[in-house]
Amino acid sequence: MSRPASGEEAGTGALVAAVVALFLPLGSAGWWFAQPAALLLVLGFVAVLAATRGEGTGLGRGLVLATAVLLASAAPLLAIDPADPPGLQGPGIWLLLVALFLAAFRAMGLLSAATARQGPAALLVPALFGVGVLYVWELLVRGFGIPGVLLPPPSAIGRALVAHADVLRADFVQTFVRAVIPGWAIGCAAGFAVALLADRIPFLARGLLPLGNLVAALPIVGIAPILVMWFGFDWHSKAAVVVVMTFFPMLVNTLEGLRAAGRLERDLMRSYAASYLLTLWKLRLPTAAPFVFNALKINSTLALIGAIVAEFFGTPIVGMGFRISTEVAKMALDLVWATIAVAAVSGSAAYGLLALLERRLTFWHPSFRRVAG
Amino acid sequence: MIAASARRLWDGKAGPVLVVVAAILAFWYAMAVVLNAPQIRDRWAREGRSGAASELVAEAWAMERPVLPAPHQILVELKKTVLDLPATSRRSLLYHAGVTLSSTLLGFLLGTALGIALAVAIVHSPTLDRALLPWIVASQTVPILAIAPIIVVVLAAVGLTGLLPKALISTYLCFFPVTIGMVKGLRSPEPLQLELLRTWNADAGQVLRYLRFPASLPFLFASLKVAVSIALVGAIVGELPTGAVAGLGARLLTGSYYGQTVQIWAALVMASLLAALLVAAVGLAERLVRARLGGAA
Repeated sequence: MSRPASGEEAGTGALVAAVVALFLPLGSAGWWFAQPAALLLVLGFVAVLAATRGEGTGLGRGLVLATAVLLASAAPLLAIDPADPPGLQGPGIWLLLVALFLAAFRAMGLLSAATARQGPAALLVPALFGVGVLYVWELLVRGFGIPGVLLPPPSAIGRALVAHADVLRADFVQTFVRAVIPGWAIGCAAGFAVALLADRIPFLARGLLPLGNLVAALPIVGIAPILVMWFGFDWHSKAAVVVVMTFFPMLVNTLEGLRAAGRLERDLMRSYAASYLLTLWKLRLPTAAPFVFNALKINSTLALIGAIVAEFFGTPIVGMGFRISTEVAKMALDLVWATIAVAAVSGSAAYGLLALLERRLTFWHPSFRRVAG
Repeated sequence: MIAASARRLWDGKAGPVLVVVAAILAFWYAMAVVLNAPQIRDRWAREGRSGAASELVAEAWAMERPVLPAPHQILVELKKTVLDLPATSRRSLLYHAGVTLSSTLLGFLLGTALGIALAVAIVHSPTLDRALLPWIVASQTVPILAIAPIIVVVLAAVGLTGLLPKALISTYLCFFPVTIGMVKGLRSPEPLQLELLRTWNADAGQVLRYLRFPASLPFLFASLKVAVSIALVGAIVGELPTGAVAGLGARLLTGSYYGQTVQIWAALVMASLLAALLVAAVGLAERLVRARLGGAA
C-alpha cells in the first residue's frame, strides 16, 4: 500500500524545514541563537522529529510528536517582537511554521491510524486540528500586526469572554433559553403532530408534502420582520420565528420517516391484528426515529440562526443578535467574536447532545453498527 | 369519463395540493380580517362611527399598512413593482431580485467549488478525513449569519465591498451540503469497481475522473439543490446588517423600518419565486447532464 508513505514524507519534510529554519533570520529579533528559550524548544522539536522518523505507526510515537509540536509552537510566539512593523517577521519564523504544520499532519496521521474510530481517543485528532487552527490564527494576527478592530487574536477573544462573562450570560439566557429552546420545542412538536395527522389522512399528506418541500427551500428567515411586528420586540417574536423555521423540516422528515416502515413488517403487524396505535408505537415510530432525529439536529442549528437574525429587526437591549449588531458598530470586535464563540459552543453542544441521544435510542440503525470482526 | 378524470385528480398530487392551497388562501383571507379588524375598529371609534360587518371585511382587505395584507394586495404590489416599472429602476423589485441573484450565484459557485475540493481531499487522505470532517460539521453549528456584519466590516477595511462579502456568506453556508454529499458520493463506487481500475493500473487521478466522479453525480445534484436554496438565504440575510441599499434583504429591512407590510410580503414572494426558480434550474441541469452521460450516471 502506498498510503502511509505520505505521512513519512511529511515527517522528513518537517525535519528539513525545521533545520533550515534554525539558520534563517527572525526579523528584528535577530536569530534563533540570540533567544535561548525559543532555541531550546526548536532544538527539542528537531530531536523529536529525528527520533520519530522512519516507518512504523504507534500511539506512543504520535503522542510524543504531537506534544513536541505543541511545545515548539510556543517558539514563534516567543520570538515575534510586537514592536516590529507588521509583516516584517523573518523567514525563520514562517519556515518553522511550515515545519510545525508538516509535523502536525504527520502526528495526526499517526494518531488516526492508531486510535479507534469511536470513543474518546477518536477526539484526539480533530482536537489537535482545532488547536492548530487557533494557533495559526493567533500567529498570523500577531505576525502581520493585523489591528484588533479587523480580526482580534484568539487570546483577546478569550480575555473578552472572561471580562464580559455577565453580559454574555444575560445574552445567552435571552436568546438561547428564552427564544431558541421553547421555539424549537414548539416548532418540532407541531411539525411532528401535523405529520402524524397527515399520515392518518393520506389526502392531506399528498397535499402537504409537495408544499412542505417547497417551503423548506424558501428563505423563511424573511418572515422575521413580520413576526417582530406582530409579537413585539421581546423574546416572543424570536421564539415565533424559530417555531416557523423548525416546523417544516420536522413535518417533511417525519412524513418521510413514517413511510419508511416496510410492507412486510406492516403486513406482519396486520396479521397480529395490531391496532393503528400499536402499529404506530411498535413499528412505525421506531423506523421513523432516524428521520425525526435528523430533523431535530437540523432544527437545532436553524433555531439559533432564526433567533439571532430576528434580533437584527428589533430587540430589547439584550440578546446575542443585539450584542453582535451593536458591538460591530462600536468596533468592539473581541466582544462580537466572544458572542459568536458562545453561540457556536451552545449550538455544537445542542447538536452533540442530540447526536448522543440519537445513538442511545436508535442504536440498531445500520449507520451506528460497527463492522463485525 | 369526467368522473374518472376527477378520480385521477383526487388520487394524484394535483388535487390535494390545490385543495390545501385553497384552504391556506381561505385561512389567509380570514386571518387578514381578524388581525386587521382591531385597527379599523379603533379608527372607527375615533371617528365616532360604526359600520356593518361587510364594510369591516372590505376595509380589512384594502388597508394601506395592514398587519397582514390580503393576497391580492401583494399581487397588486408585485404588479406595480415588477411589470409597471422598467427593470433598471431602483424601485423595481426585479432590480433588487437581480442584485440578490448575482451574489447568490457567485456564492453558490464558490461554495460548490470549495465543497468539491474539500470532499476530494477528504476522500484521498485518511488523516484529513479524521481531522477535518468533525470540524466541517461543527462549522455549521456556528450561526454564520451572525458573522455577516463582521465579514462585511473586515472586507470593507481591506477594500472589498459590494458583491463579494455577501457572496462569501452564501459560500460558507452552501459548501457544507456539497462536501457532505460529495464525500458520500465519491465513496459510493463498490470495491469491485475500484479493484477493476486497480488491475488496470489506474492512478488516483484516473480513478477520480472515470469512476468516483461519475458515480458521485446523483449525490452532487441532490446536494446542489439544498445548497442553492441556502445560498439564497445567505445572500438575503447578508444584505440585512450590511446597510445594503439594494437587494431583497434591503427591501425587507426598509419595509420593516417604515411599516410597509405589503412591501415586505412582496419581497418575500419574490424571494420564494427566486428560490423555486433556482431549484428548478439545478433540476434542469441534472437532467441535461444525465442525458449527456447516457442516463446511466
